[in-house]
Parts: sequence; C-alpha cells; structure tokens
Amino acid sequence: MTLELSHFSAALLFSIFASVVFGITQRNTPREQVRYGLYCFAMFFGGVFLAGWVMWILRR
Amino acid sequence: MANPTLSKPQVSKQPMTTASVVVPLVAWLIPGAGHMMQKRWIRGGLLMFSIVTMFVLGLLMQGHVYHANGGDILDILGFVGDVGSGALYFVTLAKDWGHGAIEHATADYGTKYLIVAGLLNFISVADAYHIAIGKKS
Repeated sequence: MTLELSHFSAALLFSIFASVVFGITQRNTPREQVRYGLYCFAMFFGGVFLAGWVMWILRR
Repeated sequence: MANPTLSKPQVSKQPMTTASVVVPLVAWLIPGAGHMMQKRWIRGGLLMFSIVTMFVLGLLMQGHVYHANGGDILDILGFVGDVGSGALYFVTLAKDWGHGAIEHATADYGTKYLIVAGLLNFISVADAYHIAIGKKS
C-alpha cells in the first residue's frame, strides 16, 4: 500500500503532529500547552504559505 | 594562579531513582508510554498518536529507513533520527520495511516523516524524564 500525499497535505499533517508534540513538551499547564501548540501550528503553516509566495515571486 | 575566593558553580544533583532510569527507556521504546506510566494519560495518548501516526505515514509514503552505518554524515544523522522511534524502528527493520521507492515523488516526504517522528520522540523522552525527576509537573 502506497500513500501519495500532495506537498500541501504532507505539510499540513507534519504541522499538526509536530505542533502537538511541541505544545505538550515545551509548556507546563494544559492552557499554555494548547496556546503554544496553536502558535507552533500557525508558524509552521504560515511558513508554508510564506515560502510558497517567495518561490512564486522568485519564479517570475 | 587560581583565585581561592572563586568557588566552583553549584550544580544541583538530582537523586537517581528507578523512575528516572526506567521512564526514559520505556518512553523511547514506546512513544508516549513514559507519560502514561506517570498517569499523564491524555498527554501520553496525544504523543503516542502523533509520533506513531507520523512514523506509519512515513512508511506508507515509501520512506527510506536508515540502517546503522559509518558512511556519509547525512546517513548517520538519518539513522540517529530513525532510531529515536524505538520499537517502531526495530519492528520496521525486523519486517524489512522502509526500503524507499524513488519512483514515488512522495517517498522523500516519507523519509523526512520517519526521521522527524524519531526526533519528536527524543523530545518526548526528555519531557517524560523531567516529569520523573520532578522538574516538570
């Protein structure tokens, strides 16, 4: 069985799983963990869009 | 000549307990189990789900699993990342999975997923250890 994800969905899943682990391990209280996890997810996913637009500009 | 008024920096030593040795070992072998052993069920469950799913997705994407090697530095680092997944890595080796399929464009993503799953488990192990020694709640 082979799973073929697009670059976008691979980046989305990567962001979710990495953010969960970062959130749990890098903060103490549940509230802080959720906030930090969401922050990491926003940074990961924001980075994907930013890098995408930078590559689009460079290609022009 | 050394200044006798300057003392060595004080390093606080944690007493070595059974938990401080067993928890990291179990946490490494089974992702999330170190937290579950310490009754952090939700945290352990989320860590286990994230790391195991990432590893399995990496295998399904035909990612390459690195073996112990003394060659190229990137291959060595790849092995270090992969072995972080503990039992998942050893099961993969035993089943002879993870050869990588370069004809699939997503295989390279899979390789990265496998490495990152192991690296995330190393962070999880450190966190479980900190809970075991009372440094974190």
